[in-house]
Amino acid sequence: MGLTKHSTGVYAVHGTFGREEGKSGVIKAALAGNPNVGKSTLFNALTGMDQHTGNWPGKTVTCASGYWKSRDAGCMLIDLPGCYSLLAHSEEEAVARDYICFGDADAVIAVCDACCIERSLNLALQIMEITPHVVICLNLMDEAQKSGVLPNAVLLQERLGVPVVPTCARSGLGLELLMQAVQDAATGKTGQTAVRVKYPPALERAIAGMQNALCPCMPENGPSLRWTALRLLEGDARMTQALAGHLGLAPHEAPAIEKAGKTAQNILKAAGLAQQTLHDEIIESIVHTAEDICRGAVSRAAASKTMRGYRIDRLLTGRRVGIPIMVLLLLFVFWLTIKGANLPSQLLSHALFALERTLHQAAAWMEMPAWLEGLLIDGMYRVLAWVVSVMLPPMAIFFPLFTLLEDLGYLPRVAFNLDHCLHRCSACGKQALTMAMGFGCNAAGVVGCRIIDSPRERLIAILTNSFVPCNGRFPMLISILTMLFAGTCGRFGTSMLSALLLTGLVLLGVLMTFAASRLLSKTVLKGMPSFFTLELPPYRRPQVGKVLVRSVFDRTLFVLGRAAAVAAPAGMIIWIMANTPFGDGTLLTQCAALLDPFARFFGLDGVILLAFILGFPANEIVVPLIVMGYLASGSIAEMASLEAMRTLFAENGWTWVTAVCTMLFSLLHWPCSTTCLTIYRETQSLKWTAAAFVLPAAAGFGLCAVVANGARLAQYLLAV
Amino acid sequence: MKEYTLAQLAPGECAQVERLCAKAGMRRRMQEIGLIPGTQVCCMFQSPSGDPAAYRIRGALIALRRQDAHTVLVKDVRKGAQEWD
Repeated sequence: MGLTKHSTGVYAVHGTFGREEGKSGVIKAALAGNPNVGKSTLFNALTGMDQHTGNWPGKTVTCASGYWKSRDAGCMLIDLPGCYSLLAHSEEEAVARDYICFGDADAVIAVCDACCIERSLNLALQIMEITPHVVICLNLMDEAQKSGVLPNAVLLQERLGVPVVPTCARSGLGLELLMQAVQDAATGKTGQTAVRVKYPPALERAIAGMQNALCPCMPENGPSLRWTALRLLEGDARMTQALAGHLGLAPHEAPAIEKAGKTAQNILKAAGLAQQTLHDEIIESIVHTAEDICRGAVSRAAASKTMRGYRIDRLLTGRRVGIPIMVLLLLFVFWLTIKGANLPSQLLSHALFALERTLHQAAAWMEMPAWLEGLLIDGMYRVLAWVVSVMLPPMAIFFPLFTLLEDLGYLPRVAFNLDHCLHRCSACGKQALTMAMGFGCNAAGVVGCRIIDSPRERLIAILTNSFVPCNGRFPMLISILTMLFAGTCGRFGTSMLSALLLTGLVLLGVLMTFAASRLLSKTVLKGMPSFFTLELPPYRRPQVGKVLVRSVFDRTLFVLGRAAAVAAPAGMIIWIMANTPFGDGTLLTQCAALLDPFARFFGLDGVILLAFILGFPANEIVVPLIVMGYLASGSIAEMASLEAMRTLFAENGWTWVTAVCTMLFSLLHWPCSTTCLTIYRETQSLKWTAAAFVLPAAAGFGLCAVVANGARLAQYLLAV
Repeated sequence: MKEYTLAQLAPGECAQVERLCAKAGMRRRMQEIGLIPGTQVCCMFQSPSGDPAAYRIRGALIALRRQDAHTVLVKDVRKGAQEWD
């Protein structure tokens, strides 16, 4: 749920990397490492920036850059998405690979997980093959110590031949030493020779031959000769293309290289190292090298802590209790949100509407023209006040709670539990993670779909992401639910009932996601499920203080700000519409009347549908717009409580069917404009963007039609 | 000797990888996370439906689907996920 202004909307997609020659004085260092080794935490600790962190793999999907500064030095840092290797399966791996190979970094910090160094070293060794300017950062030292793993950094450094710095990014331990090492590495002052992966003799001979041929035509600051030779020998089409593109290297045009390539291939063939065997041999050599380096350099004590983690996992993913625990947890979070948001919401709306009276008095004192007063206060201010009082309290409670679960490491377990369902829909288990991101913001969820390797499965995840209600729609659902029980406010039973219904709605959204994924993979996006590996990180103690601050400032205020920015003009538009005479009534009543017959069929009414249409830029403003729409034609002047809202809605012909249909439609309708834009950027296709627009809308209209007409039929039958 | 696959390990059982039969992408990904012949693997726990299952591979906990785990041939199946970490 990486939800900051950089992860959504127009900032969501970064361009490709160019070599910026301009700022030559500043050292640039890239942070690379396996998913979930704390790269973002390290990045934040170094730059003081607020890149969102979470305990699950694949959170950073775009590159962030920031600046580290000490008394006498500075360094530009680039946070790369996590990857297991540089042999690029997925988009994020390609991003990381391209930056390390062809970007303009002076040094690469290979971030390793101190708990499983051996695995982390696979990537580090590949990076060391590309560039000698590498510093190994043994992060998560605190966690390793807790689980009884003690790496010997001195011995590792001796064997690897590059600086190895143990750190703990969360407490800031070792960061000064790390940056010192980075500066030394960038300027080439380490004075050690980096260890090389030892390949079988035949492969080494083939590499040597290729290196000789490549030597004259390689640019100075590109990837190493040895690495380039290896990739050419592997003959991976994508890699060869990338090489040719970035280095101006076209092996088929340079006869010397082509000749060397043929000779090398003959050597390999004679040694029985062709195609698959060659790939296997290369990776196995890397893994074995990592194994050799770690042998005796990591001591392990009794692993009681880890075993406790497994016991918790066995419970949380247990056959009988796994899924119920998940649903109960969701219910608990919703209950806390609804219960906790109730009072602050009322206080806020009383305060803000009291301010409205003062504003009216001030306007009268200033002798403001009536139309301007209406436009600014009845239009803009009133909708803004609604958005703030309805949205702020639930978000300020829900976000920190959700972030705590995220920080703890529970989300990958959710993906683990749900994978079976997604597998049966021929989708990827990681879609559960992108759905969780969708809870925060569907646009962020759509960008997050890059963690899915297979293009087909990624498209399914993108198209179905808006089936999960985002934070713009949560408060809408909560306010309608609370309004339904407004007369009996405050008792345990009602908030529990609201929470139950909300959980039901969210589960319905999840079910619809499965259904839509299945539909897509059986029709337009046919295909078999591809491979799936998901790392389940150890549970981490959440950084409670940081979570509170970050989720309030980064998410709550950011989302609120965005909603307010849309709410202000929308409030003015609806006020203008409500006060522009047109035909028999006003523009608003005419538009609503025009939509009314159509909307009635789906159990809604003209004003509701109009509010949804005007709410396209941000779903947050739908309920305030409905209220405005009713108020404009009604007689109630003040909307300070949910009870008043309930009366207003009832006066405008709301029944429980209208409420149910409105909630269903808010769960299932077109994604907001930001999400649509992001989908277009991610898919680069108008067709798929249209599909992502139509799919949830069709589902919503369909479901509402069934509920509304089912209810009508039932009423008719009862009457007869 | 009867051949076992990774998918046949019950939670708590460990084995040694003998051969990978997966193709292309999955084969690569398995190798990258350190699943190569000779590697020790333990099945730690399963999801509520039994598929996927979580395996301990070189100190990390990785979930694999049954269809993928079936492509990994293993030998020396034995009890005791607690023995080593």
